[in-house]
Amino acid sequence: MRFGIAVFPGTWSDRDCKHAVELAGHEAVMLWHKDRDLQGSDCVILPGGFSYGDYLRAGAVARFAPLMESVIEFADADGLVWGVCNGFQILCEAHLLPGALTRNSSLEFRCAPTWLRVETVDTAFTGGCARGDVLQVPVSHGEGRYVADEETLDMLEREDRVAFRYVRRDGSAAEGETPNGSMRDIAGIVNERRNVLGMMPHPERACEPMLGSSDGMRLFSNVANSVSCTGAMPVAAVS
Amino acid sequence: MTFAVEVVVVLKPVVNDPQGLVVRDGLHRLGFPEVRAVRVGKHLELEIEGDDEASVRAQVEAMCERLLRNTVIEDSRIGSISVLSGSAM
Repeated sequence: MRFGIAVFPGTWSDRDCKHAVELAGHEAVMLWHKDRDLQGSDCVILPGGFSYGDYLRAGAVARFAPLMESVIEFADADGLVWGVCNGFQILCEAHLLPGALTRNSSLEFRCAPTWLRVETVDTAFTGGCARGDVLQVPVSHGEGRYVADEETLDMLEREDRVAFRYVRRDGSAAEGETPNGSMRDIAGIVNERRNVLGMMPHPERACEPMLGSSDGMRLFSNVANSVSCTGAMPVAAVS
Repeated sequence: MTFAVEVVVVLKPVVNDPQGLVVRDGLHRLGFPEVRAVRVGKHLELEIEGDDEASVRAQVEAMCERLLRNTVIEDSRIGSISVLSGSAM
């Protein structure tokens, strides 16, 4: 199983992702933003950070990188794309996911453990979890408030596309007490074809007990299991 | 001709603007209780080559849709257009 990890100027979680992937026993290849070759990746991770300094809007400039053209083609061909934090912002700006991420309602940068309830198991990323499982995964962002119009939010729920919700430590509903004020407590969503996941919390920072949680590692394992079960994923676009 | 174009980008009315709320509260504390609402946005100044104002306006509106605003959460408007220099070629 080969994870491709995108590196934009200002990306900061790429090496943490590499560490987590290798800890899970898989191969990690770094994908430079100026390249178009996804190097045969089975899953492309868009990691956290501040790509292009978050100029104009978080993720707005990264979407024009040559690498992103290949990532969009890969996603359109049902390849697995996983955006974490800034990666989620990029996916929304690239219109691979609906909605947008705005300034935290607290106006503060929040770096803290959070608890995520798995809301759907019908994705490669959550397939090994049970619905209702609670994962401890930290957030680290200033602009993570998920926003969309009511119609879009209803559609996401109707189509079972909310991947994770913030909950309290005991697993009960957060009811708005989230790190960022996200609408309907949403922490992660998938696209219509369920092969693109965007999430604000950082699973790569919850990959070993020393970090306070290894729950994030479950998501890496789920992806690897789905790839080995379904056989060959579409070959990453090379142009 | 070169045109100077001002573009204003603001959050849509339905999108919560915590920055605006903080600025409003700050103004209240500084003795401006009459301030009822504040929305914080972005101001962009563009210099654009073009033949006439109408075509420049159309180009800028296309730029707003493609990049300058996030169409999910932001509205934009052209604040002003003026001729910066040059004459029709």
